[in-house]
Amino acid sequence: MTVELLLQTLLSGILFGLVYALVAIGLTLIFGVMDIVNFAHGEFLMFGMYAAFWAFALWGLDPIVTLPLTTLLLFAVGVAVYRLVIRRITDAPMLSQIFATFGLMIFFRGLAQYLWKPDFRSVDHTIVAGKVAFAGLQFGLPQVVAAGGAVLTTAAVWAFLRFTRLGAALEATAADKEAAALMGIDAQKMFALAWGIGAACAGVAGALLATYYPIFPEVGSTFILVAFVLVALGGFGSVVGAFWAGILVGIVEVMGGFLWDPAYKMVLVLSLYLIVVWFRPQGLMGKA
Amino acid sequence: MSAPLLEVRGLTKRFGGLTANEDVGFTLREGEIMGLIGPNGAGKTTVFNALAGFFPPTSGTILLDGAPVEGLPPEAIAARGVARTFQIVRIFRSMTVLENVMVGAMLRHRAVPKAAVVARETLDFTGLGRRAHDPAAQLTVAEQKRLELTRALATGPRLLLLDEVMAGLTASEVQEAVELVKRIRDRGIACVVVEHVMEGIMPIADRMVVLENGRKIAEGPPAAISVDPNVIRAYLGEGYLAPGP
Repeated sequence: MTVELLLQTLLSGILFGLVYALVAIGLTLIFGVMDIVNFAHGEFLMFGMYAAFWAFALWGLDPIVTLPLTTLLLFAVGVAVYRLVIRRITDAPMLSQIFATFGLMIFFRGLAQYLWKPDFRSVDHTIVAGKVAFAGLQFGLPQVVAAGGAVLTTAAVWAFLRFTRLGAALEATAADKEAAALMGIDAQKMFALAWGIGAACAGVAGALLATYYPIFPEVGSTFILVAFVLVALGGFGSVVGAFWAGILVGIVEVMGGFLWDPAYKMVLVLSLYLIVVWFRPQGLMGKA
Repeated sequence: MSAPLLEVRGLTKRFGGLTANEDVGFTLREGEIMGLIGPNGAGKTTVFNALAGFFPPTSGTILLDGAPVEGLPPEAIAARGVARTFQIVRIFRSMTVLENVMVGAMLRHRAVPKAAVVARETLDFTGLGRRAHDPAAQLTVAEQKRLELTRALATGPRLLLLDEVMAGLTASEVQEAVELVKRIRDRGIACVVVEHVMEGIMPIADRMVVLENGRKIAEGPPAAISVDPNVIRAYLGEGYLAPGP
C-alpha cells in the first residue's frame, strides 16, 4: 500500500462526497424551512439525470451544456410539487407529511419505469470525458467536474442564503413563519422557493452525475440514504453542515472500501452517523 | 379633522362555542397611544391577532385609512404599515440582532446594504446598537423584547401593536420602555398597547379601552378609567367598589 494509492483513494472520496453534499443541501434546505422530510428528493436527482440523458439521446446535447436548463426544469418541478401536493399538507400531522412525500417517491419511480423502462442508461460520450493527472495521481475528468460543479453550486446557495434579501426571508421563515409574515414575508412563496432551490440542487447533481453514473429509475435510492445521513450529521437545516458532512462521508465510504471491504462501506458510514447522533444529536454544525 | 388611521367596528371573533371578542369597536388617530387593558382572557390578544391578520374576524370591519383590511393575510397587513410584537417573544433565534432587524427593514428597503443601514439606525434608536452583532438568542429577556420591538419598528409601520412589552421587566426597565414608547409616538407612529403593567401604560396613553369577557366595558382617558366602577369591578370584583366619597 503506497502513500499515492492512499491519497488517490482519499481524494476520490472527497470528489464523490461533494456530489453527495449537493444532493443533501437541497434536502436540508427544504427541511430547515418547512420541517418536512422530502422522501422524494432522490427522485428529483433521478429526474435531473434523465433530463440530461434525454437531451443527449434525442438531440446529442452534452449534459454539461444542458445543465442550466436541467437546473431550471428541476426548479420548476420543485415549485410544482410544492404547489400541487406539499401546500396541502403544510400543517398536517407528521405522519401525513411522511406518507405524502413517500408516496411521491413511489409514484415518481413508477412513472420513470413506465415512461423510460427500468433499463440502465448512460451518456456514453461527453465533453468532460478523459482523465486529469495531478501530482502523480489520476482522476476521471467527469468526477472532477462534478465535484467542482457541486462546490460552486453549494457556494452559490450559501451566498444566496447569506447575502440576499430573499435568502434572509427564507431564513426568517425557517426560524418563525408567523413572525416572518409580520415582516411582510409571504410564507407560501418562501416554501415554494425552498422546494424550487432544493429540487434545482438535485437537478444540478443529476446533470453532473449523468456524465459518469448509470441512469435508472431507482438511482435516487443510492443517494437518498446517504443524503439523510448528511442532513442529520451536518445538523438539520444547516447547508454548511451538510457540505462538510458530505466530504466526511465520502472519505469514510471510500477508505472503508479500500482498507476493509467495499461490501461494508455503508456499515462504516452508518456507524459514523450513529456515533455522531449519540454524542451530538444536533449534528456537527447544528445548534443545540 | 382627518380620517382616523384605524377604525374597528363590531369586531366579533368566535372559536367554536367560545366568543373571544364581541362587538368591539374603537378608533385610533395618527400618533395616538391607546391602552388596551382587561383581565386575563378578556380578548386583548384576539383583537391583536385580528388586526395583524392572523385570522379573519367572524364579523365586523377593520378599516385602515378608511380601507377594509379584515381577512387580509399578515404579510399584506404588514405591507400596509401595521407591525406587532408578541406577548411571548418570537425573535429569529438563529440570527444575530442586526440580522433580525434587517429582515424587518427589508420590507421597505429591497437593497440589502440599505436595509442594514436602516436596521442599524433603528437599533441605535431603541438603544440596542451595541448588541448588533451578538446572536439574538444570547440577549436577556428584556433585550429580546426590545429586539422584537426594534424589528417591528424597522418595517416602517404607521401603527404599532405592542403586546405586553413591559411584562416581566424590572421597575427601571419599565421606565425605559415607557420612554421608548413615547419616543416612538413622537415619530408619528400610533400605538395600541396591551399591558398589565398599569404604571407602564397609564402615564402615556391618550385613551384607554377596557375589555372584559370579549366586550368593551369602558373607554376614556386614563384618569377616568382608573375610577370607572365597571373597570374596578372587572379587575377586583364587586367588594372593592369604593362606597362613595
